[in-house]
Amino acid sequence: MNRRSFLTTTAATAVAATAGLPLRAAEPMKVGFIYVGPVGDMGWSFQHDQARQAAEKALGGKVKTTYMESVPEGPDAERALTQLALQGNQLIFATSFGYMDAVVNVAKKFPKVKFEHATGYKRADNLGTYDARFYEGRAIQGYLAGKMTKSNKIGYIGSFPIPECVQGINSAFVAARKVNPDVEIKVVWAYTWFDPAKEADAAAALIAEGCDVIMQHTDSTAPQAKAQEAGNVYTFGQASDMSAFAPKPRIGSTIDNWTPYYTKRFTDAVEGKWASDATWGGIASGMVEIGEITSAVPDDVKAGALELKDKIAKGYHPFTGPLNKQDGSVWLKDGETPDDGVIAGMNFYVEGIKAELPK
Amino acid sequence: MIVGGIDVVTLISMLMVASTPVLLAATGELVAEKSGVLNLGVEGMMIVGAVAGFAAAVTTGSPVLGFAGGALAGAAMAALFALLTQVFLSNQTATGLALTLFGLGLSALVGKPFEGVRPPPTGKVPFGPLSDIPMLGRILFSHDWVVYLSLALVAAVWGMLKYSRAGLILRAVGENHDAAHALGYRVIAVRFAALAFGGALAGLGGAYLSLIRVPQWTEGMTAGAGWIALAIVVFASWRAGRVLIGAYLFGGITALQLQLQAAGYAIPVHLLTMAPYVLTIVVLVVLSALHRHGAQAAPAALGRSFHASN
Amino acid sequence: MIRLIRRPTPSKFWSWTTPILAVVATMIAGGLLFALLGKPPVEAIRTIFWEPLFGDNADYFRGQLLVKAGPLILIASGLAVGFRAGIWNIGAEGQYIMGAICGAGLALAVYPAESPWLFPAMVIAGAIGGFLWGMIPALLKVWFGTNEILVSLMLVYVAQNLLAYMAFGPMKNPQGMGFPGSRNLQQYPSAFNEELIPGTGAHWGVLAALVAVIAIYVLMQRHIMGFRIRVAGEAPRAARFAGVVPARLVVFCLGLSGALAGLAGMFEVSGPSGQITDGFNAGYGFTAIIVAFLGRLHPVGILLAGLLMALTYIGGDMAQMMLNLPSAAIQVFQGMLLFFLLGFDLLTNYRVRLGGARA
Repeated sequence: MNRRSFLTTTAATAVAATAGLPLRAAEPMKVGFIYVGPVGDMGWSFQHDQARQAAEKALGGKVKTTYMESVPEGPDAERALTQLALQGNQLIFATSFGYMDAVVNVAKKFPKVKFEHATGYKRADNLGTYDARFYEGRAIQGYLAGKMTKSNKIGYIGSFPIPECVQGINSAFVAARKVNPDVEIKVVWAYTWFDPAKEADAAAALIAEGCDVIMQHTDSTAPQAKAQEAGNVYTFGQASDMSAFAPKPRIGSTIDNWTPYYTKRFTDAVEGKWASDATWGGIASGMVEIGEITSAVPDDVKAGALELKDKIAKGYHPFTGPLNKQDGSVWLKDGETPDDGVIAGMNFYVEGIKAELPK
Repeated sequence: MIVGGIDVVTLISMLMVASTPVLLAATGELVAEKSGVLNLGVEGMMIVGAVAGFAAAVTTGSPVLGFAGGALAGAAMAALFALLTQVFLSNQTATGLALTLFGLGLSALVGKPFEGVRPPPTGKVPFGPLSDIPMLGRILFSHDWVVYLSLALVAAVWGMLKYSRAGLILRAVGENHDAAHALGYRVIAVRFAALAFGGALAGLGGAYLSLIRVPQWTEGMTAGAGWIALAIVVFASWRAGRVLIGAYLFGGITALQLQLQAAGYAIPVHLLTMAPYVLTIVVLVVLSALHRHGAQAAPAALGRSFHASN
Repeated sequence: MIRLIRRPTPSKFWSWTTPILAVVATMIAGGLLFALLGKPPVEAIRTIFWEPLFGDNADYFRGQLLVKAGPLILIASGLAVGFRAGIWNIGAEGQYIMGAICGAGLALAVYPAESPWLFPAMVIAGAIGGFLWGMIPALLKVWFGTNEILVSLMLVYVAQNLLAYMAFGPMKNPQGMGFPGSRNLQQYPSAFNEELIPGTGAHWGVLAALVAVIAIYVLMQRHIMGFRIRVAGEAPRAARFAGVVPARLVVFCLGLSGALAGLAGMFEVSGPSGQITDGFNAGYGFTAIIVAFLGRLHPVGILLAGLLMALTYIGGDMAQMMLNLPSAAIQVFQGMLLFFLLGFDLLTNYRVRLGGARA
């Protein structure tokens, strides 16, 4: 009861003060996470949770993590983040774009607590952002798709018309066109990150349109199951490996591997070296991993895909000019590459894509 | 057959599969509402059916037992609802909403060990040469047995309501429970049975989602299908035949919307998704205007608690 | 044989005792559930019910209780008026959304103009938005006798799709890097529904909820309209003789509950939430129906029921974080609480007699 009396002004400031105290060696540092979906979604939140566990293990008792799942974006997220901060977590990860304004607000209230926001773009001294260059993985998928398609039609199940998805569509298409000039891409927006039934329907619609390679930007394995049922359709694992569907229909995957990043940030925080920054990791840093390319893919195609992966890891940009925008205007001149700002806000298709981007 | 870039045959056969879960759930809810009870917990019963059906199928290796398990679980949820609303006389609207909340949580807890597991496959019914008939073959003879079961159930419910004595009693209870009680019918028993039937069908619909349509178990996978089933019953103005039309219409809009996109049309997705609900309201208004001075389409005792006062 | 005999008037004793009984029963059943999941049952129950009120940092959580309970109470007290009259508006969720769209729409339309009149104008716009959305089922019922339960429910889905359309289309933040969602009204001083006393969580919406509780209490107890409403609900035929015009009652009840739900949406979007996003509505409109019944359609009961619901949300989050309870277990727990509360209510209105054949 005494404790309450000195927390009278705002609880926030009191705890913020204690949170900044140096750690005693025996006491593990507390790290918190909030996830937008259930940890059992087998996709986005699942991968973050796997990485949380792996990183905690890697630090060997120096950190103790907690998480909250299925936290809706909006005021509930702000409360959850505050709750984590009040509980003495000193490093807090908010793992969905929609948490952006909430994490900005909470970071302001707790200047001594460190925050990290996935896929956002607002930063502060105690708020860093991190994201993965998923489009690098899409380039490999595009390469495989261009080589493997017989109908020359590739399907893409988009979640929402946001830059991340547009990057993926463009990157896959550019890579596919390079190895197969006749290839077309068809896009269906599901307007959900996770709705197995709808994703299955979207896959079925694309298959009905003649697509024999399906890429998905949604998190469930429903499209994989649909492709398997259809027979000669290839798919890729999204976010997690989805290896249950290997070797066919799933012939490869883009895996979000947050473990190296979380391990590094945990370590930085424990050693007092943490600083806010904007990390945008790709294949080179291991944040984007390419899952096993299965035996359904001919050896030479597999070799080509792995070569492309190495090239990207060594600095080759999936968006290397000459590239035009959909309307035919020049985007990148020969050999030119875009800066990160353009990629981050990408809201146009490249030339050759027939679909119209919803505005 | 291609119309405006859309393969109509594919669209129809796709929407039949896509609509089956809501068709089953709506048919069940129709029977429950005909008995005068509004159960808003369809979503909860469906998702419990989805997880129970999946678990049963995976454990036993038999999809048929899976569907049975889903139906049983749905019926058990409905029995809980019936106990609260019929015996404890709790408010139906609030209890239904609570049932959905409970079902979503319960299914997620029970389903943990089944995440990422693949269910035993359910094959198509072998119609032999029939499925090779151009157009009709793909539309009529290329589905799994549950699709045909759902159609048979619609027909059975239609016949039961129209021609059987059981249907008559059900309607009597739904129209005026006091009168039905005075005539010596056991109102609560009838409603229990109707609710359990409704729950079983909702569970079956959920199991269809997890075992055939998707097929896998994931938390929250019904994603609002139960609410659509409720809308369909209204759209159908409590007639079994129209439930079929309603389910295929609601399912069809989703399938059509995705196919239009796949065919390269830029369509206002949200406005299109809104359309069937607006249409449902229009249907309701037209019906109530037509029946202004006669019988209303909705069961007269819908949503009211029954208590035999003597 | 157990028989139920209707009490001539609801029992005062039981109407106070049953909620306590229900909470105790939930604690027992919930404790069993938590024990089954391998979590300490007493600790879990204590975390849910005690921690937010009297635990460490309770100052913050008590405020959050108000933030969470405010919209529930505001909506539920309006709904209760209609429910008392036998007019079933179950589409408060839609009216809540429309209030938010209208209130935020006004602010976004005049952005970035600053004026002290903006916020009051938004309040009116929000109320009108909800009112008009409530008028649709009201007028359809008056003109054609259309069932208001079903129309108001259908309109929820219409509103939800409209919300998504707004978030992805007309109201999208032009500076949002292509992401869906409107500008954040928290960063627009004239439109921001700020906390009235910093750190308390109490914003204008909370105040409005309290005013609504008092106003509705007065309306129902002291005003002729309240009398008409009660008569219409309890004895519809007698009401005709008492000079009650059913059409006016329908318009009044749906209009009032719609306007209050619209207000709740407007206060939420301009305050705690800040943004129009496709997931803005967090189910307050539906939860409020439960709150209305838990509160026995009485303003004071609703006030308590709203706070109790909010407590289980916030306490549930805390249990999730501190004891690693899955969020699904909290949902089950809430479901059980509602079942017990609704089921035990029987004792208030009926006498339970053992034995005895039919009289």
